[in-house]
Amino acid sequence: MEQVFYTLQDFMVHTKAVVYVLMGLWLIAVIGFWRFLTSRDDD
Amino acid sequence: MSDHAATDSKSYLTTFNVIAGIIVIFGLIATIMRFTGGLGAVTNLSDYNPWGIWIGFDLLCGVALAAGGYVTSAACYIFGMKRFHSAVRPAILTGFLGYSLVFLALLYDVGRPFRLVLAYPFVVQQGTSSLLFEVGLCVALYLNVLFLEFCPAALEWLGIRKLRDILVKITMVLTIFGVVLSTLHQSSLGALYLIAPAKLHPLWYSQYIPVYFFVSSVIAGLSMVLFESTLAHKYFHHKMDETHLGESDGLTMGFGKAAAIVLAGYFTIKVIGIAADNNWHHLATGWGAWYLVELIGFIALPCFLFAMGVRDGNLKLIRYTAAWTVLGIIVNRLNVSVIAFNYHLPAADRYFPHFWEIVTSVFIVTVGILAYRFIVNNMPVLYEHPEYKEEH
Repeated sequence: MEQVFYTLQDFMVHTKAVVYVLMGLWLIAVIGFWRFLTSRDDD
Repeated sequence: MSDHAATDSKSYLTTFNVIAGIIVIFGLIATIMRFTGGLGAVTNLSDYNPWGIWIGFDLLCGVALAAGGYVTSAACYIFGMKRFHSAVRPAILTGFLGYSLVFLALLYDVGRPFRLVLAYPFVVQQGTSSLLFEVGLCVALYLNVLFLEFCPAALEWLGIRKLRDILVKITMVLTIFGVVLSTLHQSSLGALYLIAPAKLHPLWYSQYIPVYFFVSSVIAGLSMVLFESTLAHKYFHHKMDETHLGESDGLTMGFGKAAAIVLAGYFTIKVIGIAADNNWHHLATGWGAWYLVELIGFIALPCFLFAMGVRDGNLKLIRYTAAWTVLGIIVNRLNVSVIAFNYHLPAADRYFPHFWEIVTSVFIVTVGILAYRFIVNNMPVLYEHPEYKEEH
């Protein structure tokens, strides 16, 4: 369901918060992806 | 003598030649109709949809898929990955032909093509505040850069050593110039759509669309080099020398790995784009389902498959994934320019290409394939010219 934002401030606080959470998750995920991609490089 | 003539005529009557011949005949008919009857005679373009598949497919996909030229030459000459050297010439050739065909498609699409030929927008009436001007200027300059980058192969074939040596000496300058121009116009092609926030569906419209276009062009370039290399191995294997054949597996692994990494980054910024514009609710709609097909089926899936291929040393998987990724880039460009553009219009006003528009696009691609075949059969592209070995 679409959320209602009454001010630009509300909108920015919400979207920025979601982006920060996603970036945190990405930092964890990218380590896993890198390990998956390169773990057999030395074989 | 008559036997020889019979053999010659038989060798030309291949399935490929017959199909290509039919397409060329239809293409010439479309060309005559376009330049005698105008755009209205052969297109479904309207004020709602002034850009059809000649822009959406021929130009946007053409430019993206021709990115292999700058990606490969940058990897080899700027980042010093000399193990990819044998891939540079085929990639430059693909890029040069791609951009030439973009120019050819533009001649069909613009209202006054003779002005384009005379460089009118650059010399007489510059629209310096327009993104389209920047795109046009960059594409025109880059086409010349690609021409100069490809010239050494043609000059080796023609035996003009002096000029060839001069051009080889300025390879680094041309590469840097090519990377700068590509960065500019690949992103600006996306930026063109920033002017249409009400027309392009919110899932595809984003303030980051120039970044999406640039990053996806790198993916397109890497995948296209792999895809073209696969086809070349199948149809021009006899033309390849030992160096080319020897470097092929390393190239597939290296480019597959790079594609996996860039696809992972591209997936991330696409999701960040949804979050930044708070477009999550659109994902639950029909358009959202189509967007997820693109995001998961053509970005996340090939990212995983490339990574799997690299991890397991599965070259076949990497090559198939490259073909799938090329298709994904085409889907993305068509989504932005045609499918999700004017999404709010009733079905009767939506754009669907005219039969002759499709014929013209197929004709232009066929011309490219024929030119590629002629060049690869005659010039030292997939092998080193015996007189210039170890000189690159």
